[in-house]
Amino acid sequence: MIGLAFDILSWVSLLIGAIFLLVGAIGVLRFPDFYSRLHAVSVSDTMGTALILVGLMIQGGLSMVTVKLLLMFYFMIFTGPTAVHALAEAAIEGNVKPFARKTGQ
Amino acid sequence: MYIVVSVVILISITMGLVRAYRGPTLYDRVMAANMIGTLTVLMVSVLGFLTGRPEFLDIALVYVLISFVSTIAVLRVSANRYGTARDDATGSAQE
Repeated sequence: MIGLAFDILSWVSLLIGAIFLLVGAIGVLRFPDFYSRLHAVSVSDTMGTALILVGLMIQGGLSMVTVKLLLMFYFMIFTGPTAVHALAEAAIEGNVKPFARKTGQ
Repeated sequence: MYIVVSVVILISITMGLVRAYRGPTLYDRVMAANMIGTLTVLMVSVLGFLTGRPEFLDIALVYVLISFVSTIAVLRVSANRYGTARDDATGSAQE
């Protein structure tokens, strides 16, 4: 009984994580400005990755697999935002103008 | 269930590729590369679970760091070539 509950829990988190990734990918395609795309990819990537890794961890149970997944989760939580910050910094450096409303110039 | 997740990840990777192709600025392409990197990590770990081989997770773990370092490296190179070369120590922009 418990095993079934864990399976369902991991499937639900895997699915929600996959949905987050899809939403992020659509956001990357559809957004008008570089910085909004950057925001879309970083927010959804971190969340989608976290959910999928948690889903896999539940499947993995208490074993070396879960330790590796925890390490991966730990690295992703730190490297994701840092890379996006470096990207935004480089974009400002490379004078990519943020999206400004025409009237609000 | 893993097949559904891997198909969704494949769709997201193709969307990332479209953005990498269409992206007007260089930084769009670097962002798409970073995104595809993390998606590949997820793909490898999900496939590791699908085929029941836990060794895939080592590959995914290494690839997390490699994709991060490569993003920073590309930004460092492009910053020196296109932007104002920022001095590492003081961070002051040198013309």
